[in-house]
Amino acid sequence: MSAVPAARGLEARSLGCMRNDRSLFEALSFRLAPGQALLLEGRNGSGKTSLLRILCGLRRPDDGALHWDGEDVFRLGPEYHAQIAYVGHRDGVKHDLTAGENLKVARGLGRPNPALSLEQALDQVELWDHEDVPARNLSAGQQRRLALARLLVTRAKLWILDEPFTSLDSHGIGIVESLFAQHVADGGMLAVTSHHAVSWNDTDIIRINLSP
Amino acid sequence: MTTASLNRAFALLLWRDLLLAFRRRTELLNPLLFFVLVTTLFPLGIGADPALLRQIAPGIIWVAALLAAMLSLDSVFRSDFEDGSLEQFLLSAQPLSVLVLAKVIVHWLITGLPLLIVAPLLGLLLNLPGESIATLMLTLLLGTPVLSLVGAIGVALTVGLRRGGMILSLLVLPLYIPVLIFAADAVQSAGAGLSISAHLSLLAALLMLSVSLSPLATAAALKISLG
Repeated sequence: MSAVPAARGLEARSLGCMRNDRSLFEALSFRLAPGQALLLEGRNGSGKTSLLRILCGLRRPDDGALHWDGEDVFRLGPEYHAQIAYVGHRDGVKHDLTAGENLKVARGLGRPNPALSLEQALDQVELWDHEDVPARNLSAGQQRRLALARLLVTRAKLWILDEPFTSLDSHGIGIVESLFAQHVADGGMLAVTSHHAVSWNDTDIIRINLSP
Repeated sequence: MTTASLNRAFALLLWRDLLLAFRRRTELLNPLLFFVLVTTLFPLGIGADPALLRQIAPGIIWVAALLAAMLSLDSVFRSDFEDGSLEQFLLSAQPLSVLVLAKVIVHWLITGLPLLIVAPLLGLLLNLPGESIATLMLTLLLGTPVLSLVGAIGVALTVGLRRGGMILSLLVLPLYIPVLIFAADAVQSAGAGLSISAHLSLLAALLMLSVSLSPLATAAALKISLG
């Protein structure tokens, strides 16, 4: 054990990522502490999604290291995964299952949140009475909200979101933004890419622009 | 991670995949239909000589079962890959290999088990004697799970490729050949009144080996494919 107490949260140490022999980013370092949000900006193809996939532990960085509470993310494996929730481009909503069944699976795969029933989670994203509706029959925006409801059913501390506002209308964006603000206010962490101008006034935001 | 939550996740995934299979049940018929059609076409193609049919029946049924299993393989991970569910499994708080095992078990239940059920009928059709049919069932029971388990490794490696079907066949078919040889020979030997315990032991050993190792290999392959 080192004498210095390990930093809480997520710490990236000089991360680098290559794609098709081209360097997307290198020597990227930041620290995301509880109660903070990380906002990734940059043009299309600048490596935002690649960086998020590295933060999830889906992809290994070509250079550098990623630590959660002072331990290497790739050594922690499922232990780290229990701390995070990820909603990517492909949102993981199964069309042949109902909204409720989709959430039930998501809850069982993570650390279930006992404070919130599936119905309450659906209510929070304003999918009232949609528990038994097959996800196929939901609109694109409703499917997106269903995917984001997955964040609520586990006790994940770090939410990693790739373009969460895609196909949401302004009302939907408002709902989701308030969920984010609530999560960060409760001491959670957030890592988001978005083209949408995020409007959190009293949130501690770290901005990283990948295409300066 | 506690054993209870691991068991719950395993049961949850069994339930999920069975439910999904039930909601898409017309797709389930494809491998079974293929199996039955191929087997019934042989007597039409080569003539209805009972002695000849009886001699080649084990080979025909097993080759058809093997190809039917291969046709259905792609469905193990394809739709989960395309809608992003597979990423969620990789990011699950549970070990991936356990989730993979649940998926492969369901795959066998919906594609392997139906073959096992219609096989006696096809055996009768091809003039197999009673003891051969019993052996046929036994070899299918031991052999088809191996096909699903070994096939899952191949699918996991090729799921990220756009046209992985060809590579999948080339990867998986050589690994299926030992099963084919021992199983077809066991049915043949049973018909000739010879002992088949060696064949069955070998098939059972292959099954044990693939049950214990294939989920780990499949999980590792999935991590490579999605990384």
